[in-house]
Amino acid sequence: MYKEVVIIFFAICVALSTLVVNSQERVRLGTPITEADLEGFDLIAEPSGTGFPPGGGTARQGKEVYDINCAVCHGADGEGTSGNTIIVGGDMQSEGPPLRTVGSYWPYASTVFDFIRRAMPATAPKSLTNEQAYQVTAYVLFMNEIIGEDTELNADTLIAIEMPNANGFIDRSHIHSN
Amino acid sequence: MPHKIYDKVAGNGLISRRYLLSIGATGIGAVASSTVLGADAGINFEIPSWSRTPGPGASAYGAPSRHTQHFQRTHGAPNATYPGGGSSRSPLQHLQGSITPNSLHFERHHAGIPDIDPSGHHLVINGLVRQPLVFNYEDLLKYEMISRVYFLECAGNSGALLRGGNEDGTAQSLHGLVSCAEWTGIPLSALLDEAGVLPEAKWLAAVGADAASMGRSIPIDKAIDDVIIALFQNGEPVMPGQGFPMRLFVPGWEGNISVKWLTQIKLTREAAQFRDETSKYSDTLHDRSSYQFTFPMGTKSLITSPSGQMSLDRPGIYQVTGVAWSGSGSIRRVEVSADGGQTWADAAIQGLQLDKALTRFTIPWAWDGGSAVLQSRAIDSLGNVQPTRDAILAERGNISTYHNHCIQSWSVNSFGEVSNVYV
Ligand code: HEC
Repeated sequence: MYKEVVIIFFAICVALSTLVVNSQERVRLGTPITEADLEGFDLIAEPSGTGFPPGGGTARQGKEVYDINCAVCHGADGEGTSGNTIIVGGDMQSEGPPLRTVGSYWPYASTVFDFIRRAMPATAPKSLTNEQAYQVTAYVLFMNEIIGEDTELNADTLIAIEMPNANGFIDRSHIHSN
Repeated sequence: MPHKIYDKVAGNGLISRRYLLSIGATGIGAVASSTVLGADAGINFEIPSWSRTPGPGASAYGAPSRHTQHFQRTHGAPNATYPGGGSSRSPLQHLQGSITPNSLHFERHHAGIPDIDPSGHHLVINGLVRQPLVFNYEDLLKYEMISRVYFLECAGNSGALLRGGNEDGTAQSLHGLVSCAEWTGIPLSALLDEAGVLPEAKWLAAVGADAASMGRSIPIDKAIDDVIIALFQNGEPVMPGQGFPMRLFVPGWEGNISVKWLTQIKLTREAAQFRDETSKYSDTLHDRSSYQFTFPMGTKSLITSPSGQMSLDRPGIYQVTGVAWSGSGSIRRVEVSADGGQTWADAAIQGLQLDKALTRFTIPWAWDGGSAVLQSRAIDSLGNVQPTRDAILAERGNISTYHNHCIQSWSVNSFGEVSNVYV
């Protein structure tokens, strides 16, 4: 008799605990999707080459895109129209405070494409086609004397570019608290 | 001279708060009140008009008194070459307590504030996960949520101090890119768990739905530690300027990483190297190398009153008050000096003393009508001490001015005028 009571008691305990676990189970309401669904939505282009669209272009082709869409704010030669629109020039080893631009400062060429495709032109971001984005990226890099006027810029050639200040950064991402 | 009875705790008039507490309200009243009697001072005790006429009734959404219209953020003029870009600053010199009202929380936008219809907004999790997922707003509201009080500070806050100048700066103009609110939302770890993070995922890339598609990378261990997908701010839906319908909230870290209008989280092997973690929010040092990914905001404090452009009307007792915070923990102590850092006394902590949240401090000060330099210095729960401006300049110079957490000095002259100084 005693044994039976203990067994029943344990059975109730187990039943109760599964009930508690069930009631604590998390809400899971995400809808499954595929990466293919995100074509055109996921615009992240990484230094590894992940996320770059097919296609390509040259600086020679990009000049027109630049003159039409960018020069009004960034100046005819990337010299800028305000402090935050200078995108050409500078030298990290200059005597005075260095002018930090795409050419002198940025560690990765992938960032130029990634940023322009998503955020520029500032008045109409995401209005460029992928082709135009490659072309104008090539033109910005050409103005900074990083690639030639006829260098074909595509996913492969872009990530292979070594930027002048690529080794200028000290990664502190391991510091999560002081 | 009433000054003689004060228990002085540091040079140039800082008083023991314990002494003031022990003499009680009447004691403070006697010391602090004017010697001019009411009738002589021309105080009018006629029943005022507002006590004779009923006012308007209840309303749907409150507004502040029309007599407190100076509680305003300041912001730059619209700039045609930077559509929607720029910032607004909290009126720190007027605010009290630790919580910033939602309408006065600082803002920084890179392409303006999108007007998002939550029913058309997606939150996608993709990349190195077992199952890419999309969430909608209504469904997210059904998840278990947590609430935490946290400060948010722009990495660029107080940068002007390193450049120098700014004698006419106010607490707001120099330091107004910090605010504090109760954020309520879903631990990011819950949604990551649902998608199933693959072992090779070491970072995630978070992207906003604004016109700039602002993106930032976050190491995975921080992401699963305490990051929140915030849906509410001080109890109401996150304001559009703060990321409605949802923002990432990354406690203690530079403000820009708490991506607003959050629409995508992509699990990656490496940092995505977005523009706003390479070109911007990185700090070039003397030797021209540059710090990248400076995440936690430094241990910091600031006297908000008396502060720049205020004036003390006559010698007497003033409550020196301000806020302190640390991106690494809670505030353990705040010290105040009235003699430019020669002697220091502990301020009282006035209210909330929470992890990674603004903490209000206060200390009474008897101003004798002479010159003074008021400073505050925070010490956090890990023992980090707020540095001087000279120490920061010696360490990194001022080629870059992000992540500045140096001590602020306010000078008081014999006219009682308060201004920013470098000591
Ligand atoms: C309406 C003015 C405007 C137009 C047009 C414009 N830009 Fe910009 N651009 C800006 C502003 C403003 C910034 C800085 C944004 C910020 O700091 O958030 C910027 C930033 C940039 C940067 C990054 C600069 C840095 O050092 O971080 C690049 C590169 C760039 N633009 C390229 C382009 C290209 C290419 C085009 C044409 C397709 C273009 N922009 C069109 C205003 C403009």
